[in-house]
Amino acid sequence: MSSTFAIILTGILVAAACASLGCFLILRRMAMLADAISHAILPGLVAGYFIAQGPSLLAGFFGAALAGLITVGLVELLKNTQRVGGESAIGIVFPAMFALGTFLVSKYYADVHLDADAVLYGNIEFVGFDHWYLGETDLGPQSLWIMGGLCLINFIFITLFYKELKLATFDAGLAATLGFSPILIHYGLMAVVSITTVGAFTAVGAILVVALMIVPAATAYLLTDRLPWMIGLAIGAGAIAAVLGFGLAFMLNGSVAGAIATITGVEFGLALLFSPKQGLVARAQRLARQRIQFAADTLLVHLLQHEGSPEAANESTISHLQSELQWNNKFAQRVLDLAQRRSLVRCQGQQLELTTSGRERSQQVLQLGRG
Amino acid sequence: MNLFDLFSDYTLRNVALGAMVLGIVSGILGCFAVLRRQGLLGDALSHAALPGIAIAYLLTGSKAPIVLLLGAGIAGWVGTLTINRIVRDTRISEDSALGIVLSVFFGVGILLLTYIAKRNDANQAGLDRFLFGQAATLVATDVLTMSILGGLALGCLVLLYKEFKLLAFDPAFAASLGFAPNRLGILLTSLIVVAIVIGLQTVGVVLMAAMLVGPAVAARQWTHRLSVMLLLSGVFGAAAGIAGTMLSLGQQHVPTGPMIILSLTTIVTISLLFAPARGLVWAKLRQSHALDQEPRNREAQPVKGE
Repeated sequence: MSSTFAIILTGILVAAACASLGCFLILRRMAMLADAISHAILPGLVAGYFIAQGPSLLAGFFGAALAGLITVGLVELLKNTQRVGGESAIGIVFPAMFALGTFLVSKYYADVHLDADAVLYGNIEFVGFDHWYLGETDLGPQSLWIMGGLCLINFIFITLFYKELKLATFDAGLAATLGFSPILIHYGLMAVVSITTVGAFTAVGAILVVALMIVPAATAYLLTDRLPWMIGLAIGAGAIAAVLGFGLAFMLNGSVAGAIATITGVEFGLALLFSPKQGLVARAQRLARQRIQFAADTLLVHLLQHEGSPEAANESTISHLQSELQWNNKFAQRVLDLAQRRSLVRCQGQQLELTTSGRERSQQVLQLGRG
Repeated sequence: MNLFDLFSDYTLRNVALGAMVLGIVSGILGCFAVLRRQGLLGDALSHAALPGIAIAYLLTGSKAPIVLLLGAGIAGWVGTLTINRIVRDTRISEDSALGIVLSVFFGVGILLLTYIAKRNDANQAGLDRFLFGQAATLVATDVLTMSILGGLALGCLVLLYKEFKLLAFDPAFAASLGFAPNRLGILLTSLIVVAIVIGLQTVGVVLMAAMLVGPAVAARQWTHRLSVMLLLSGVFGAAAGIAGTMLSLGQQHVPTGPMIILSLTTIVTISLLFAPARGLVWAKLRQSHALDQEPRNREAQPVKGE
């Protein structure tokens, strides 16, 4: 297996493992907890290194996962004292854990390969070199096995507890009444997030883990209202970012993790602008359309008020609209176009008059207005 | 290492002064972030500042702190506006918006920094000190820059104290009085960006979150008055800065930033547990005391209306 292929495949697996969990984090408004965990596992790694007397995958894994759960527990504990807001609790706990980790690393392991920048942005560039061997047989890159395993665990977790997760996410109260413990589900999810973070960050670093957990899921959230679609889209967006990110990093000769995070940001930006329902462009168009529609209704009511009265001839000229309703030329023209297209208003030279359906519509509007 | 060294040793004095200035400024400004339940905003914006440093270097080729910090400030400010826009115009929650801006901006920053590093450009060395901060490298001009920036931010705070106070406690009322809460909020966040810019060199991107949240949470434990809280918060921040400096500079291999944060965590823990009115230890004691008393109280006050 070529090392390029191994890097890209690892990236895709990390994306799939992270993005699927990320959907629940986004919906449960716990995105920053993922960020906190990704930083706070550093002292756990150091503890694992200390206990195993050297770099041991398993010891590091358990130490880090434990540190992740301790972080979540401490945040909950602080929140429950009611002295500290949830976000401030996070802001106190994880820097303390990270500072402790950095202190331990620089004090006792200044010369070993456990530097803090590797924690922050990983080294996916080297995943092709670290192979696992069973006896003499080459099993392929280690990170592929780890990330593949984590993907599997996450998919099994989500499939097995899909109903519970969904219920606890959208209606925690109902979940509790039905006998599912929201607390158990919370810690279960946090445990899976912790081990995914640990597994992924050796390959891609803490920041990319956060980027891949949060950003593709948020992108998917802008595109769909259905949870299964959201999970699928998030995984897809993450995988595409992994592939394109690798290309970008190759072009700039820069960090692969940074490039993948950049691409997730570009994807989010595109969804933010152009999502059919949620996007800013669609939103602006909708607002503009509503403004014209509202103005057309105003015009109908105005015409109805003066219909048959002596001043009707004067009140229903186009130029009068511009002065009384303070519409500029272009806007008035667009409103008129809409009203005429729907044959609500007839134009006789400069004079406007209501059609039958226009009269009905304006009476309807008045009734709606009276509620 | 003793307090006397703090005044005689040139390096030590600069580092301690720098850490103290940072502690005061971030402590005071952090109070508003904490009161507005935006404790993690600082974390997101300090990460968001990173690409600004890289872009400022790419554009100017200069490593002068003022140029890089200006870039950091602009990037942090763009991050603020982005978060604001996402929260206001989509259904994405504030916490997710923070995470998005944090990780994407930081990713861009890392990409650019690695790109710069591999251009074989000898001049670039040292840009990555903003990641973890290197308080030990602070020189007198750095401290002066930090003091001026911090002084300006605090001056702004004094001028708009009444408005910010109103915004922190009752934004709806502020709006009804004719203040623009959104604009005031952005201004307040911009001041926090200034605090972050000051902190990047000293404690680095990751630990900056604690410098804004920690002193404020500790100070909140001791008082119910905003003015006292601001003062205490500044004092706690400064104390953590000086303590961290003294703990780290005496020995080898102990970085200053993490020691500042660990000192701060100690102050926070003590405040949470032992502050007179809100201390958790006293609350626990009162609770068990009340439980002992309860049966008697219940008998003493018979149910009325029967």
